[in-house]
Amino acid sequence: MFITDRVRYHLLTEADIVTECSVLIGGKAGDGISQAGQLIGSVFASLGYHVYQYTDYPSLIRGGHNYCIVRAAERPVTAYRSGIDLIIAFDQQTVDIHSRRLTDRGTILYDSDRVKATGIPLSLAGIINPLEGVQIMGNTAMTGALFRVLGIPWERIEPVLRRKIRAQPEKNIQIGNAAWNQVSSQMEVQDLGGSGRPFFSGNEWIGLGLLAGGIDAYIAYPMTPASGLLHFLAGVAEETGITVYHPESEIAVILMAQGFVYAGKKTAVGTSGGGFCLMTEALSLAGQAEIPVVIVVSQRTGPSTGLPTYTAQSDLLFIRHAGQGEFPRWIAAPATPEEAYRLGARAVDIAWKYQVPAFILSDKSFSEGIFTGDPDMQDPVAHPLSAPSFPYQRYADTPDGISPILSPPYTGEVIKVNSYTHDYQGITTEDPDMTVVMADKRKRKAQALLNYIDRDESIITGGNPDGKTCIVCWGSVRGQVTEAAEGSEVRIVSPLILEPFPGDAFRKAMRGVERIVVVEESVSGQIVTILREQGFIPDEVLLRYDGRPSAVEELSARLGRVL
Amino acid sequence: MNQGIPLVSGTKNTWCPGCGNFAIQHAVRFVIEELEREGIPRERIVLVSGIGCHAKIVDYFQVNSFYSLHGRTIPVATGIKMANPDLYVICFAGDGDLYAEGLDHLVHAAKRNVDITVICHNNRVYGLTTGQYTPTSPYGYKGRSTPQGIHESPLNVIEVLLGSGATFVARAYSRRLPLLRRIIREAVLHPGFAHVDVLQICATFYNLTAFYDEQVYETTETNVSQFDFACRTGHLWQYAEKGPIPLGIFYRTIRPSFPEKKEPFTKDRALAVKEIISRYS
Repeated sequence: MFITDRVRYHLLTEADIVTECSVLIGGKAGDGISQAGQLIGSVFASLGYHVYQYTDYPSLIRGGHNYCIVRAAERPVTAYRSGIDLIIAFDQQTVDIHSRRLTDRGTILYDSDRVKATGIPLSLAGIINPLEGVQIMGNTAMTGALFRVLGIPWERIEPVLRRKIRAQPEKNIQIGNAAWNQVSSQMEVQDLGGSGRPFFSGNEWIGLGLLAGGIDAYIAYPMTPASGLLHFLAGVAEETGITVYHPESEIAVILMAQGFVYAGKKTAVGTSGGGFCLMTEALSLAGQAEIPVVIVVSQRTGPSTGLPTYTAQSDLLFIRHAGQGEFPRWIAAPATPEEAYRLGARAVDIAWKYQVPAFILSDKSFSEGIFTGDPDMQDPVAHPLSAPSFPYQRYADTPDGISPILSPPYTGEVIKVNSYTHDYQGITTEDPDMTVVMADKRKRKAQALLNYIDRDESIITGGNPDGKTCIVCWGSVRGQVTEAAEGSEVRIVSPLILEPFPGDAFRKAMRGVERIVVVEESVSGQIVTILREQGFIPDEVLLRYDGRPSAVEELSARLGRVL
Repeated sequence: MNQGIPLVSGTKNTWCPGCGNFAIQHAVRFVIEELEREGIPRERIVLVSGIGCHAKIVDYFQVNSFYSLHGRTIPVATGIKMANPDLYVICFAGDGDLYAEGLDHLVHAAKRNVDITVICHNNRVYGLTTGQYTPTSPYGYKGRSTPQGIHESPLNVIEVLLGSGATFVARAYSRRLPLLRRIIREAVLHPGFAHVDVLQICATFYNLTAFYDEQVYETTETNVSQFDFACRTGHLWQYAEKGPIPLGIFYRTIRPSFPEKKEPFTKDRALAVKEIISRYS
C-alpha cells in the first residue's frame, strides 16, 4: 500500500505485505495509551484505511505497562501481527519489552526525556512546556510526530484532532503541530482518500446494533470487559431517547430489565462471566415467564476473578446451560463490526419474536478491540409480532408456542407473568397436565426458533470452500484464523449462531471435510462438545488460555505444525 | 374501568385459616376499590410479589401482576416504574424474602426514593419452608434450622429503612384493619419510596396473636416529618419478645423521587444512530 520506492528501505520484513502498517504505543497506565491509539487509528481511518486496535493493559489504574497496537490495512482486519513497523515509547519498558518485535527496518519514536533508545527522539516536555500544555497532551504530540514520520501532511491530521479531542482542542493542535514540525518524514503512507470509516470498539458496535434493533433501555453494573458498552450507551442515551441505568448489582440489573420488559420496553443488559453468574436465577425466570431480554456477555479469563482485563472463550457452555430447568435461548457470537451491529439488532428481534433470552457472546478481544466498520450499515428488519386475542391470556397456547405479548396498562385486560409453573392466564398451578402443556409450548417455541435460525447465514465460511481440512472456530478468533490460514488450502467454518445450533447449515458447510482442526481460547475446547453432539469429531484442537489473543504469525506457526 | 370484573380472582385460596395474609388482602382490595372510585383505573395498578406464603396474593387479585423471585420484588418493581411512571406499583414481600435474601434491594430502593410501595408481610418466620427463623425473629427463637435457638438479635427494619433514606415508613398490624387500610392507601399515594411493615401472625408456625393484641398501640402520628422523632419511635420496639409496639406512620417526608420526569423522545431513532456513526468517522 503505502511505501514509495523512495523509502523502500524502511520497509518491513519480507513476510509483511506492503499493504499495511502496525504501530505499537506503549507506556504506563495513566499515560492514556489507549486514547493515543484511538487518535492514531482515527487518523488512519480518515486516510481511508481499515483499522484494528488491540489494547493490552493490566487491571490497575496507575503504573504498570500498557500497550496497544494499531494496525492499518487496505482490507478489513480484526487481528494484530507480531511484526511492528513503528513503536511509540512513552516509557523504557516499551522499548525493553517490544523492540524485538520491530520489523527489519522498523523504528522507534520515543520520549527522549524518559526513554533511551535508538530511533527518533522527541522531547515531549520540550514541546509541551513552552506551550503550557499538560502531560497527557504527549498523546497528541506523538500522533503529530508519527504521521510526519509516515509522511502525512499536517492538513490531513489537524481535522481529525479537532474532531476527536474534546478538552482544549486548540492547545492540543498547537502541540501536535509543533511535534509534527520537529521530526522528518521517513516513510510515505499513501493517502487512500474517501470520507473515512467509523471507528468504534466492539462493545460500541454491539451497542449501535442494540440501538438499531430498537432497545428502549440498557441496564448494567460495571464489569470489565463489558463496561465500555455501558459507558457508550450512557453517553448517547439522551440523543437516542433510551434509558440507561446502573443499579446496585447484576441481580438487580436483570430483574429490573424484566420489569422494563413487562411494562413493554425493549431492554438489554450487559456483563462478564462473574456478573452473569449472579444473573442466572433470573435468567431462568425469563425462561419460565417468557420474558424477552437481551444479554450481552463479554468473556474474560476465568475461573472466578481470573484475569479481569484479558480474554477467553470459556463461557460458551456455561451460557448455553445457565439457569435451572430447561428453556430455549439464542446465542450469537460476532467476530466483525458488521456482525456485531447486525446481531445486536437481531438479538432484540429474536428476543421479542420468540420471547426468549437472546445472548450476544463477546470477549475481551472483541469488546475492547477497536475496529473501523462499514459506514452504511443496513437498517435491520424486525419480525412483526403476532396480535393478541381477547379476553387476553398472557400464556395462550398457539401452534408455534409463541403467546402474543401485551403490556400494562391495557384497558379491560389483566396481564400476569409468573415464575411458577402457570396456566394460560399466568396463575400459579401444580396441575400435571398444565405443567406439560406449558413445557410443550416452550418446546414448540424452541423448535420454531431452530427452524428460523438453521440457515446458511448462521454459519460463516471462509478459506478454500472445497478444502478437505477445515478449521472450526467461533467468535473473535475468526479474524486471526482467517489471516493465519491465508495461502493454505484450508476451509474455515465458523458458526455465528451457537444456540440453538444450526445443525443442517453446519453439515452443509462441512460437506467433503476430512479433517477438522478446532481453534479456541479455552482450556477444554468448548465447541468440541457441540461438534460431537452434531456428529463431528475434531482431529486437532488448538487451544490458548493465557488470556492473550494470538498474533497472526503466532497462530500461523501453530497451524503450520498441524495442517 | 373494569366494572363487572371482580377484583378477587376465582383462584382457590390456600392460606391457612386465621392467616394474617387475609387481612392484608382485604385491606388492599379496599384500597384498590377506593382508588378506582377516585379515577385511578385498575389497569394502571401492577402488583409484584416475591416467593413465600405472602406472594400468593397476586394470584388472588384480578389485577396486573408480576410473580417474581424470592427477595427480588423491588428490582422488578423499580424496572416497571422506570419503564412507565404512570403505573402504580405495589410490592408484596415476606420478611425472609425482603429482609434476608433481598435486603440490598430494599436499602437501595429507599436510597433512590423510587416511587413504589412495599408491603412486608412480616410474620417473623418462614411459613412456606416450615418454620425457620427470619431476620426479624426474636433472640433465642427455635426453628427447624436452629433447634438450639438463634444467638442473633433481630434486625430493626424500621431503623434500617430510616437510615437508608426511605421517605415513608410505617408499621401496621393485620388485626388493626382500619389503620392497615389507611396506611396502605397513604403509602400507595406517597410520591416516593413507601414502606409498610405489617406485623401478622403465622397461624401454623408462629402465632403471636395474644402478644401483639396486648402490646400494640397506635401512635398519634405527630411530628412525622421529623427524622429524629421517627428514629425515636422506630427505636421503641426492637422486634423483641416484649413490647410495647407502636403502630402508625413513623416518618413521612418529600424529597426528589425516582425516576425523574423525562421529556418524551420524539426524534427518529434510526437517524440518531446514523448521526452517531457519522460522528465517529
